[in-house]
Amino acid sequence: MGLLDGLLPAYYESILITVGIYIILALGLNLITGVTGQLNLGHAAYMCIGAYTSAIMSMHYGMPFIVAILAGGLLAAAFGVVIGYPTLRLTGDYLAICTLGFGEILKSVLYNVPAVGGAMGLAGIPPKTTLTIVFIVMIIVIISMVRVESSRFGRALVAIREDEIAAECNGINATKYKLQMFSLGCFIAGIGGALWAHKIMVLQPRDFGFLKSIEILNMVVLGGLGSIPGTILGATVLTSIPEILRFSSEYRMLLYGALLVAMMIFRPHGLMGGVSFNSIAKRGMRWLKPGDKPDDKPGQKGMGG
Amino acid sequence: MLSNLLVQLINGIALGSTYALIALGYTMVYGIILLINFAHGEIFMAGAFVGLMLVTVFKVHIIFAFLGAMLFCMIMGVIIEKIAYKPLRRSTRLAALISAIGVSIFLSNLANLVFGAKPTTFPPTEEILFKIQTYELIAGAQITNLQILTIVTSAVLMVCLQYFIKKSRIGKAMRATSQDYDTAALMGVNVNRIISYTFAIGSSLAAAGGVLVGIYFGVVKYNMGFMVGLKAFTAAVLGGIGSIPGAMFGGLLLGIGEMLAVALGLSSYRDAIAFGILILVLLIKPTGLFGTQIQKKV
Repeated sequence: MGLLDGLLPAYYESILITVGIYIILALGLNLITGVTGQLNLGHAAYMCIGAYTSAIMSMHYGMPFIVAILAGGLLAAAFGVVIGYPTLRLTGDYLAICTLGFGEILKSVLYNVPAVGGAMGLAGIPPKTTLTIVFIVMIIVIISMVRVESSRFGRALVAIREDEIAAECNGINATKYKLQMFSLGCFIAGIGGALWAHKIMVLQPRDFGFLKSIEILNMVVLGGLGSIPGTILGATVLTSIPEILRFSSEYRMLLYGALLVAMMIFRPHGLMGGVSFNSIAKRGMRWLKPGDKPDDKPGQKGMGG
Repeated sequence: MLSNLLVQLINGIALGSTYALIALGYTMVYGIILLINFAHGEIFMAGAFVGLMLVTVFKVHIIFAFLGAMLFCMIMGVIIEKIAYKPLRRSTRLAALISAIGVSIFLSNLANLVFGAKPTTFPPTEEILFKIQTYELIAGAQITNLQILTIVTSAVLMVCLQYFIKKSRIGKAMRATSQDYDTAALMGVNVNRIISYTFAIGSSLAAAGGVLVGIYFGVVKYNMGFMVGLKAFTAAVLGGIGSIPGAMFGGLLLGIGEMLAVALGLSSYRDAIAFGILILVLLIKPTGLFGTQIQKKV
């Protein structure tokens, strides 16, 4: 452990950690909004649950970091089931409003609970997040997302996005699949939140508001809804560029708003819409060996077409 | 206790009538193009700021400031529709919704840059309108003339809207478009113009609500549209989205419910209560109180 730590100046290492965490968060949202087409405007709320849970685990119960991370993810997934079970039956727009409403309720509850610091926030979280840990978790999340995308489950989710009624006619239990997908997405958000908590060390309810959810949504939209390489690109660009150019936050949000509109009008599939790792690999193969059919690699048999 | 409840009831009606004005915009737009116009709350905020600027910078009389804000937001609403929603009319609903959220984020942060993050105060009511007087009602309940003005203005605007929708030619075309977009277009209704009218009317009502809220609470802030917009949306869903009487009723109900929560000492949870109501309504009766069931076709 610790192979990657200390190789870079602390400032760049910090940016890389942030990029990694946002990639994890954005991949969770990509599964919900990009792959399955369910607009979730409360992604930051699940991140918040993971952050607070893991922080309490490691501060008050002295749990090892890995247990704290998993606990954060599991509780976020549990909330995802509780919120998702009733709301996922609703059509897209209502789901968006319900997730948004849940985020705001959670925020006002956290403001009023002194046990987790209230409006003052929860301070004194041990700084356990290192670049190595973030990198490992990120790789695990990316691999599992690629595997999910190419599985029977992932194809069912895409079918639900394209036409829910037609998918149900073909024997896909849409509610069940959506619920499983939603809790998986929330689990990933919780893990991202846990890593975030142990990086910034102070948690305040207002950091997990609507704007944070929009920030994550922007990464998915910019990269391309439903595209894993696109989401990674979007998260990297939108996290590192403001950091390097030192935008003030007002201009950044102004730009994000305009970006959402412009992307939807001019490039609704994002920068890399429809691009998956599999298609990149195929293209690379073709480029390396012109005229040859791309090899079928083991582990990617499930991809249809 | 009873008088306290009655006072909060009247506060609730005054607050609820402004929610109702804003909810009308959501419900009209949703009725016609099935889009949750997230930017509507920001139009409400813009209306409040324009009214404030007209009163303080241009020294206009409050009535003209009120009308000016309505006119400004009318134009603004139409422009927003032309830029951000019209190109997306044939694409997925997710795309239109994300675009609407983008407009909302853009406008509130633009207001933050222009007017600053600190709340701007309205001039005192005595200077621009009248001296606040309190009238005694039965059982110790009180009502101020400002509350009467808020309630009466909202009621007049809503009656005008109802008349317009039911009697005028444009209103008839609006109802036809909301029943069936394609058929209305085939029957010679200029649907693009009808959509512009819908945005114009909805936005001007939101601006009216903005100025009324600005006078009523005395402060205007760049992010005031977010919460109020969401609550107005809740009101529209509560009454049944797409239904105009439903939006009025839902607004009043939400305002009263919120103020009663304050009366019961739950004021720090008042936003959570509004969303709790929203989620409950969506779970129990997603069509709302006055809404009609829409059959999904393949």
